[in-house]
Amino acid sequence: MADSPIAVQGTSHQVHNPALLHHFAQPEQQRNAASLGMWWFLATEVMFFGGLFCSYLVYRLLYYPEFAACAKTLDWRLGATNTAVLICSSLTVVLAVWAASMARRTLLVVCLIATIILGFVFLGIKGKEYHDKFVEHHVPGPTFSFEKVPIPGHPGEYANPQRAQIYFALYFIMTGLHAIHMIIGIGIFTYLLIMAWKSRYTPKYYTPIEIGGLYWHFVDIIWIYLFPLLYLIDLHK
Amino acid sequence: MSTVKAQVTERTNYLNADYGVRSWLLTTDHKRIALLYLISITFFFFIGGFYALLIRLELLTPAGDLVQADTYNKLFTMHGMVMVFFFLIPSIPAVLGNFLIPMMIGAKDLAFPRINLLSWYLYIIGGALMCHCMLTGGADTGWTFYVPFSAITNTKFVEAGLAIFVAGFSSILTGLNFVVTVHRMRAPGMTWSRLPLFVWAHYATSIIQLLGTPVIAITILLVAAERTLHLGIFDPKLGGDPLLFQHLFWFYSHPAVYIMILPAMGVISEVIACYARKRIFGYSFVAFSSIAIAVFGFLVWAHHMFVAGISLYSALVFSMLSYAVAVPSAVKVFNWTATLYKGSIHYDAPMLYAFGFIGLFTVGGLTGLFLAALGIDVHVTDTYFVVAHFHYIMVGGAVMGYLGGMHFWWPKISGKLYPEGWAKLAALIVFVGFNLTFFPQFILGYLGMPRRYWDYSHMPEFQVLNVASTAGATILGIGYLLPMVYFLWSLRYGDPAPDNPWNAAGLEWKTASPPPTFNFDSDPVVTWEAYNYDEIDAPHIQEAPVGR
Repeated sequence: MADSPIAVQGTSHQVHNPALLHHFAQPEQQRNAASLGMWWFLATEVMFFGGLFCSYLVYRLLYYPEFAACAKTLDWRLGATNTAVLICSSLTVVLAVWAASMARRTLLVVCLIATIILGFVFLGIKGKEYHDKFVEHHVPGPTFSFEKVPIPGHPGEYANPQRAQIYFALYFIMTGLHAIHMIIGIGIFTYLLIMAWKSRYTPKYYTPIEIGGLYWHFVDIIWIYLFPLLYLIDLHK
Repeated sequence: MSTVKAQVTERTNYLNADYGVRSWLLTTDHKRIALLYLISITFFFFIGGFYALLIRLELLTPAGDLVQADTYNKLFTMHGMVMVFFFLIPSIPAVLGNFLIPMMIGAKDLAFPRINLLSWYLYIIGGALMCHCMLTGGADTGWTFYVPFSAITNTKFVEAGLAIFVAGFSSILTGLNFVVTVHRMRAPGMTWSRLPLFVWAHYATSIIQLLGTPVIAITILLVAAERTLHLGIFDPKLGGDPLLFQHLFWFYSHPAVYIMILPAMGVISEVIACYARKRIFGYSFVAFSSIAIAVFGFLVWAHHMFVAGISLYSALVFSMLSYAVAVPSAVKVFNWTATLYKGSIHYDAPMLYAFGFIGLFTVGGLTGLFLAALGIDVHVTDTYFVVAHFHYIMVGGAVMGYLGGMHFWWPKISGKLYPEGWAKLAALIVFVGFNLTFFPQFILGYLGMPRRYWDYSHMPEFQVLNVASTAGATILGIGYLLPMVYFLWSLRYGDPAPDNPWNAAGLEWKTASPPPTFNFDSDPVVTWEAYNYDEIDAPHIQEAPVGR
């Protein structure tokens, strides 16, 4: 009965899998815990962005004409390209998970690299858009200027610059936080790439690829909502 | 027997398994992290208490003579922020929950031990930012930091906001760990219907932490952006809507009250069952009322905004929903009292705290119903009635639960027994001091004394009740200092605690005091129901199946 903790440690380390942490009984339990943890973390992210989407909704209902005018100043082609880039990256993530489960290391490494590159392409295009906004003085703050911008569908009417500034504040905060999540995602995938390069993942243990993938898909989905909400307001009026 | 005893005292446990600062600061043992939290939150409790002391001293006389008006604003702001975000929210979950949940469900640790350590470091970073804020002048926005004032005040709001932001992520990670642990780490036989109610309460709390805290994080970010760049999101002068801030703020901050009270309710369920020597009455009702409180808690936030200009219809709906929260809360109170019925009641110190909790929580909860009623709310909004109400919940409820739990599990945590006589005395002092402090504030508020006033010389008739309140606060302060003194005393001079000093049910009592690093010497298998006190107290028929 009077076992020392060292002896306890010994019994719990009889398992051969080096990736199995001491406090889990089986690899299956560890994997389920990690996966459930990531799902709950994503739930917190939904609430985090939810506060922003809620604010967006309030102001879009209050200041719809300005929001439409502001959306028209964004380049929907760049936004659509970025949407396509992210959807492709989600595909490479799915392939990476599949490759890991099939022990196809080369394919896994290629898919991880492709995901990282697509992430950088997204950020590059986003940077170009930010640059354009900066040049046009559409960045909220002391230099903000939004004079004589027509409201779509209402000839002779111009957007109220203060209300437009609220749109752009939300635009930069929402896309900015999304971009930060992209950067974190690229960091995670770089780590996964190094580990995959070192052949750390086997069909019996590739949980990090799976939960890293969940995170990446989530960040993609945020963009899938951001794109129509910010770019595609009432373009046909 | 004597050899066994000698072995027991020399046994390796989580405290003496390793020594040195490194072994504590880099530990992933949930029990050690719980102790790190215990030390940190005690530090902040006394800082917050110091501010409370200054507030009460200022209100001793009607004239604003002790501090300047600006200083007073900072005092109640920092008191609220420190107490809410750095003491009450982490108190029971991060200390007792951290220590006990893995043991109660028969696990070796939480699901993510390193994330658990990370959450403590985030708490410390947040705490350091808060200390920096306090040392460089503090903020004066009130703990609710309403816009537009928080966006323009030239005090240190950004530091305070950042501190709360970081500490919020600590709270999220703790909640995440608990939820996954309860789902995935239960020992064989530990079914959901055998979980201690303490674990059920923490499960519900964790869901609130997970779904609520991110919203306050984004709210703080928006205020900080508004402050630095004058975006106009919350500034009515620039087209923004300050009501949106209040919605976002209370969406977290009302459920945050349940983050504080639900774990205390979990403690009370354990204590009542043990000292009444009975299975808790209506186990599943008590368990699911925790979940119900967590769910309803998210649907009542706008009752803080009845006078802020929301529409009458939404006010009616939120008033009705606020009444609905009373139902699961009352279910708990009735089930606890029903547990006492025909129980064999022992008046030990944790039980005194539990009795105190039931009484004070009932008063706090019922006055909450006054505030949920639209008409009365208009009369008492922003008066001392509100202050008294939420202190009855947060201090009378949550802190009583915390202290009761600390006494109940102190032998398990430290391996030492606390002095029972002193503990009973402290419980009595806390109860008396608390009521003397806060009951007069109900009357003050109902008579019309506004909260957050520094000078009430135009209404000197309120001085008598304020003096009573300040006198009570002094007694309360002694009541809080006493346990700290005799807990520390017991570490050195206390009698060694047996594994199960209270003869209590629950897996945490089936291991050594203090427990070994991996909690149990052999992996536990649960074959009994929760709170099987009838079996525990009937040793002679333990082997034979009891025909019930």
